[in-house]
Amino acid sequence: MLEIRMHGRGGQGGVVALEMLASTYFKQGQFVQVFPEFGAERRGAPVAAFMRVDKRPIRLRCKIYKPDCIIVLDPVLLNSVKVTDGLKKDGWVLINTDTENPLENLKLGKGFNIATVNATAIAVKYGLGSRTSPIVNTTMLGAFCGLPFGPNISVLKNTIKGKITIKTNNNLLAADEGCKSVKIYQN
Amino acid sequence: MKEVMSGNHAVSYGAMLSRAQVIAAYPITPQTQIVEMLSEFCRTGRLKAKFIKVESEHSALAACIGASIAGARAFTATSAQGLALMHELIHWAANGRMPIVMADVNRSMAPGWSIWTDQNDSLSQRDTGWLQFYCESNQEVIDTIIQGYKIAETVLLPVMVVLDAFVLSHTSEGVDIPEQKLVDKFLPPYKPQYKMDLNQTLAFGALVTPDYNFELKYQIQEAMEYSLTLARKVDKEFKRFSGRNYGLIEPYRCARAEIILVTSGTITSTAREVIDNLRKQGEKIGLLKIRMFRPFPAQEVIEALEDCKKVAVIDRNIGYGVGGILCQEIKSAFCNNARRPEIFGYITGIGGRDVTPDTIMEIVIDVRKNNKADNRIKYVGLRKLR
Repeated sequence: MLEIRMHGRGGQGGVVALEMLASTYFKQGQFVQVFPEFGAERRGAPVAAFMRVDKRPIRLRCKIYKPDCIIVLDPVLLNSVKVTDGLKKDGWVLINTDTENPLENLKLGKGFNIATVNATAIAVKYGLGSRTSPIVNTTMLGAFCGLPFGPNISVLKNTIKGKITIKTNNNLLAADEGCKSVKIYQN
Repeated sequence: MKEVMSGNHAVSYGAMLSRAQVIAAYPITPQTQIVEMLSEFCRTGRLKAKFIKVESEHSALAACIGASIAGARAFTATSAQGLALMHELIHWAANGRMPIVMADVNRSMAPGWSIWTDQNDSLSQRDTGWLQFYCESNQEVIDTIIQGYKIAETVLLPVMVVLDAFVLSHTSEGVDIPEQKLVDKFLPPYKPQYKMDLNQTLAFGALVTPDYNFELKYQIQEAMEYSLTLARKVDKEFKRFSGRNYGLIEPYRCARAEIILVTSGTITSTAREVIDNLRKQGEKIGLLKIRMFRPFPAQEVIEALEDCKKVAVIDRNIGYGVGGILCQEIKSAFCNNARRPEIFGYITGIGGRDVTPDTIMEIVIDVRKNNKADNRIKYVGLRKLR
């Protein structure tokens, strides 16, 4: 079973993103489960969303405490949230950042893999959201498909086509570029 | 068609596929998404129903009762304080023999102000004459709404379909949406024998003197007893349509079990994982899921449990001054039975506290080391207070 936790801010589309990722796995015959942080969400406040993926039906109905993979939509969250909390040894952190040297600059700690993508720049380039609050979720999902265990990008793009009715094509281009430009570092 | 959807939306789809004709509701977290989606279905014409916006849950159920008297298939959904506010009309719907289906998203009663799950809201309506089903997955939710109408309209009693706040309501997973034409075959339009009709005047909810009322109440109990047989039959029939059924209760890996856990709602699902692990290690342990709580399928429960040594009932609720409500029901079922396992009662997960495999293991470890049950309540996951 693959367990994922996504960190974002209320209104950034984290739950929607994980639902799209779940649909993508689901279309490939996997079992999925997605849930938000159980509680009141406020726009702009740090929030998390969770996902389980497995080859067999998922029966665990409790929170995820030890994820295999963390996705961080907003790099500024690193200042206030310990995003690697509970992350399994040799797990993955996929983060939206413009740094070229994440091992040095992000100070995430050791014992897991780091993948980076400048999703903010890509989202802005394709006019997703605004310069001050870009909508990076489709770019980040594209980047996730670029990870060794990620699902097929073409299946993700089918899901995006089905779920996103505004700026569909730009979201598809952003997902593609996210997938191609993700960089992987062993830490 | 299979789709990833939340428990709330599974309810909405269930009501739409059942072709509910009147929907009256008042928003309350964590239920709101149910009626939001239904209002959208009504707006787009996907569901041809009258959507009535009301000023309170009391009015929501009142509107459903009015619709039901007029011969319409009515639906509403609520949670916690909303359900409590309906209480007067909850009795009215059952005593008036209205086959309304309602979804209750289990939410802890306030105060402490809470939006998280436990079963005290729905269980405090247990003696009102509503049938109650507790669901384990989003698939079971959509299927039980559809089954609910068939049962309600045959037996002329209202049905409450219950799902855990967030753990189901806001959790998305794969759901097989039954085809409309199959649902139509399974659930034909509601044709009441009596309804409000200007050409044939009848009184609904009129004065009933002591000469007659006892018999009316007796008939509700009679209908409840018949619902056990009926719900079993409807569930089997549903399987022929959809390939799925659930039973009123479900014994899971209970063959030659010495210990059996009893659960309801989503705790069942997590407990299956624990049982499988323990069975792999050779432990003689099983699980009994209670899906139908009213009427209580006592005879089936006895048959499922009487051969084991110890029963651990896990309650996500508390009957203050007594203990776990499910535990009381099971003890009462066994009261006049010659063979009786030791029955241990555990309370956990109140107010939405997470119930993990470790929580369930803690219960297993406790029940393993105790051979004699007493009436003390055992709490799991409770913080030390002093």
